[in-house]
Amino acid sequence: MSAAPATIGWFARHELTLAWREWVAMMTGGRRTRGIGIAIFLAIVVVLLHLLAFGLILPWIQSGIAMDKSTLVMITGGGLLFWTVMLSQALESVTRVYYARSDLDLILSSPASSQRLFAVRTGSVALSTIVLTGLLASPLINVLAVFDSPKWLTAYGVLIALGALSTAIAVAITMALFRVVGPKRTRLIAQIVAAVVGAGFIIGIQAAAILYYGSFSRFSVFQSADVIAAAPAIGNALWLPAEAAMGDIGALVVCLIIGLGALALTIGLSASSYGRLAISAAGLSHVRSLRKQTNRPFRAASQHHVLRVKEWRLLQRDPWLLSQTLMQILYLLPPALLLWINFGNDAGAYVVVVPVLVMAAGQLAGGLAWLAISGEDAHDLVVTAPVSARAVLVAKIQAVLAVIAVIMAPLLVLLLIASPRMALVTAVCVALSAGSATAIQLWFRVVARRSMFRRRQVASRAATLSEAFVSIMWAGTGALLASGSWLFIAPAVLALLILGFAKLISPKRA
Amino acid sequence: MTLPALAISNLSKSFDRKVVNDLELTVRAGEFYALLGPNGAGKTTILRMVAGLLQPDAGDISIFGIDARKDPIAAKRIVAWVSDEPMVYDRLTPLEYLEFVAGLWQIDARTAEAKANELIDWLGLRPHANELCGGFSKGMLQKVALAGALVHDPRLIILDEPLTGLDAGSARQVKDVLLGKVRDGVTVIMTTHILEVAERMAERIGVIAHGRLIAEGTLAELRTRLGKESSLEDIFLDLVAEGTEAA
Repeated sequence: MSAAPATIGWFARHELTLAWREWVAMMTGGRRTRGIGIAIFLAIVVVLLHLLAFGLILPWIQSGIAMDKSTLVMITGGGLLFWTVMLSQALESVTRVYYARSDLDLILSSPASSQRLFAVRTGSVALSTIVLTGLLASPLINVLAVFDSPKWLTAYGVLIALGALSTAIAVAITMALFRVVGPKRTRLIAQIVAAVVGAGFIIGIQAAAILYYGSFSRFSVFQSADVIAAAPAIGNALWLPAEAAMGDIGALVVCLIIGLGALALTIGLSASSYGRLAISAAGLSHVRSLRKQTNRPFRAASQHHVLRVKEWRLLQRDPWLLSQTLMQILYLLPPALLLWINFGNDAGAYVVVVPVLVMAAGQLAGGLAWLAISGEDAHDLVVTAPVSARAVLVAKIQAVLAVIAVIMAPLLVLLLIASPRMALVTAVCVALSAGSATAIQLWFRVVARRSMFRRRQVASRAATLSEAFVSIMWAGTGALLASGSWLFIAPAVLALLILGFAKLISPKRA
Repeated sequence: MTLPALAISNLSKSFDRKVVNDLELTVRAGEFYALLGPNGAGKTTILRMVAGLLQPDAGDISIFGIDARKDPIAAKRIVAWVSDEPMVYDRLTPLEYLEFVAGLWQIDARTAEAKANELIDWLGLRPHANELCGGFSKGMLQKVALAGALVHDPRLIILDEPLTGLDAGSARQVKDVLLGKVRDGVTVIMTTHILEVAERMAERIGVIAHGRLIAEGTLAELRTRLGKESSLEDIFLDLVAEGTEAA
């Protein structure tokens, strides 16, 4: 039986159909055989994650899990980590509800109620947030449910409550931003807030762990006697989600009422303004962005130089890049702090610092390289210019690597003062990681618009996976080199093998 | 003897089927040449091969005597390409864009700046010269792209459906600019679906069907060939039907 047109049920069915087809297309690329392969791959990943969760949780189960203060602190802290990821994800998705055009113009120009559409789309944000975080948390929950007590299955209910609450807060933040900064800046600020929220809590915990314990384990904070002593007594409302996760049905009901109630209330309060705000966001393509008038004369420069300057100018004016770079820099703060604390004594801190820097360089280089090499908005112009294709690529690679060098330079200088050997190890591994990520983007280059950046992983999963694995291998090489172990050869060889394999499977060019 | 602006011989290109089929085409220096044909006839593929955006499977392309396949860089120096989708960066201003194009073509900075300012004024872009192109309408973007094509003073301008999506005012401005360039001795080759534009602007018209040139000449010559006084639209439809039957 199908719902009457333009009702909430009808919109929900429409959204579900589109979301399902999008997901299938993304996973299979339109080929059924690939779908079977992906299903097998996912099954293996699920099994591995459960094994990993089993290994992590087994000692805790064996020592006996009681609903005491230390357990509640541990679960609440861990839950807070998941919740920040949920909130970050929800914020990112809610802005898309207002800004993504696709079929919005069609629906808003129809006599259908925009309030119903908003309710359905906000509901789908909550659902996707819950599913995504649920996938991450499910190995832990399932292992606890099987090996400790089935009561742990109520943790899924807590995830639903937290997902609904995150979406409600995300809608409230977005609405507040619309009011305070207007539709032109809301998306950018919401993206930055999402990045900071997503990274902020993890970074804060790491920083606390480093400052108080000198280690890099974020969980050590939750187990410390000081934190447990300072935490509120059992029975406090703060522990409700943890108690609910451990099987307390009463606490679960309260959590669900708070989460789902907050979501329903926000939808009710915001839905009436959705059509107006979405239309104001749509008008942005016609809002002109005025640059400061300059009388700077044209400069004589080589073709390489004009290509590099163009790339830097576009990167500098890219709001996505701004938020991503900010996030990468935030992630670099804890290792910088660790460096600062361990300054002057060789306490093994480098084993942590070096791989973090190497990973960050690889990830940032991969993103920048895609934007510079594949995301060429004026592809025809550059190809029809009297400059060789090789010269264009060389200039773009130089532009990317120069940006990485500028971001990494302050940390390398700090390392150089602390330990010249470590600075050399880091510089070499950062160069290898950034160079490898750039090379992979070069081999898998496509003709795309910069606005397609969000979908770059979908365009080539082989490139995305190779890039990630190579960065991990170079990070491992850096860590082992920093610890003085000859075993560094193993990840280095693996990185080279992955690079060779990526080159082998990359599309052939005429 | 003056070299032709474009001389194509035995040009072929296949994708899943043969799109361009042993094409022979010559465009004289300083003329306005319109290339017509139904959808999928191969017009864009031909022009993209001339501009160096596609590699031909076989055949020769000579631009003012330069072998475009052997020395593409030399050929590109004197050619400008404008497509129906304006090739402009959202986050550059028109002036920054023109400085970038001038840099790619290695035009002297002072000459390029003067030329860029002249084009900005000529195309009515002065009030928007310091705005990012991201907020521009299609017509304004096409004008910026056209300014980019003209800033390096090309001898041959190739345009693929340049008037698609433009309002009457912008379309008139683009047409005036192109006619002005032809008066200055520049060669213009343009594909268009707007037959009235070809009828009014082009000195010679080439009709493409199934990757071959099935007819060519002035409007009067095409009328003579069909033996009747008709509009270009009627002539075009007759020729395409004839070409389809022959294929």
